[in-house]
Amino acid sequence: MTGLEIVRPGPLSLIEDLGRPGLASSGVGRSGAADRTSFLRANRLLGNPGNAAAIECTLGGLVIRALGDLELVITGAPAPAKVDRASIDHGVPFMLAAGQDLRLGVPRTGLRSYLAVRGGVHVPTVLGSRSTDTLSGLGPAPLTAGDQLPTGRPDGAGSTSEPATEVHDTEQGAPILTVTLGPRDDWFIQPTDLLVGEWVVSPNSNRVGIRLDRPESAADQPALRRVDDTELPSEGVVLGSIQVPPSGQPVLFLADHPVTGGYPVLAVVRGTDVDRAAQARPGQRLRFALQ
Amino acid sequence: MSVRVLPAGDAALLIELDSLDAAVSLTRRVRAAALPAVVDLVPAARTLLVQTADGTDLSAMGRTVLGLASDLPRQAPDVGAADALVIEVRYDGPDLPAVAEAAGLNRASVIRAHTETLWRAAFIGFAPGFAYLTGGDPRLRVPRRTESRTTVPAGAVALAGEFSAVYPRPSPGGWQLIGTTDMVLWDTEADPPALLQPGRWVRFVDVTDGSPS
Repeated sequence: MTGLEIVRPGPLSLIEDLGRPGLASSGVGRSGAADRTSFLRANRLLGNPGNAAAIECTLGGLVIRALGDLELVITGAPAPAKVDRASIDHGVPFMLAAGQDLRLGVPRTGLRSYLAVRGGVHVPTVLGSRSTDTLSGLGPAPLTAGDQLPTGRPDGAGSTSEPATEVHDTEQGAPILTVTLGPRDDWFIQPTDLLVGEWVVSPNSNRVGIRLDRPESAADQPALRRVDDTELPSEGVVLGSIQVPPSGQPVLFLADHPVTGGYPVLAVVRGTDVDRAAQARPGQRLRFALQ
Repeated sequence: MSVRVLPAGDAALLIELDSLDAAVSLTRRVRAAALPAVVDLVPAARTLLVQTADGTDLSAMGRTVLGLASDLPRQAPDVGAADALVIEVRYDGPDLPAVAEAAGLNRASVIRAHTETLWRAAFIGFAPGFAYLTGGDPRLRVPRRTESRTTVPAGAVALAGEFSAVYPRPSPGGWQLIGTTDMVLWDTEADPPALLQPGRWVRFVDVTDGSPS
């Protein structure tokens, strides 16, 4: 078998591709890579089809061993990477010879690194995808030490390089995410309070969503208040939705979000900015602005 | 019939209607129209979420969907009660006594109340294939359990609030378990994988003491 073995998975390493679109009416969310921009970039760099499955590694700590000669690349959160004692450049394809180990450290910024392999990780599909959906449990289990993952047959033109400027931020500071208001902005007394001041990424965040708190030092920043406490019949929600439960603590939905929600969605973060949100670390601050 | 088109980000529209029937009918019409820009549809109790490919002209899509929503029938066609899915249930759930007490009924009356009215799938949520069934006997409105179970088996028939449901796969759950069915509601090899889709009627049949008479 050509493939790779998980020596250590780190805090959370999952297999992800572009997920399971088109099944929402059966209650199946799309799932897939949380930061699709970085995921797609990894596959482009290797000359893989865009949907080739890769490993999404949260906060580094992943160690893999090559079973056969592999060509790999790391994108997303810039986790320092080493093969033996040699450092590996982020975003640049490299070879890992059979028996060699690759070690990812903890990234300085960002949250999720993508380790892609030429040919893709080739585990069996569930409903057309190799993605782990952490909400529904569909797809492969989270990776554990000793897992052996076969790689697919490479096709396409082979690896390429891209200008580093295309690396989207796994930024420090407070990224500004663009939103469109609605569908339920009229359920709030002052919907644009979302755009005022900063929000903090709660430690209680995951691939389902990012919980947002107001900074402790900013007691003057407005909470989101509902017009009344009418119950909303559950309705479909999209990736990037900012749902506001009665606590007023918003949740920004990421890749494994539920297909329906019972609380009003005040605004939706636009497509590629959801990828930036997926790189925000607990404690990091975020701001929202209108498109 | 009132229809509102609400924005839901840069690649989706939330169509708000005034009934489940209208949402089911519109879902069928949008599906039948096979619009190439539509990538997913999420019907729910009073809404249809239309998800489109990136770059779709949403105002044009809104006009198209509004056109399809004109003259929606009051009742959804060919998803009537006559096509109700019959689900055979053994009423042997561990929470049946607690439900009976909360409802002020005896065990037999709980079973009668659950089987004598038709239920209807209003929306899918919580888990793949997990349909929230509405329209049951109001006496069966019971609170969720104070403590969730870490594992509820597939086929468990449950109540919570105004809803009933059948757990399609094993999962944690806080609903009151009143029975068990052998019917398979979730099959990843089937298309669609979930047997219960929004709008589908359901009739529960008591087989606790063997086959239904």
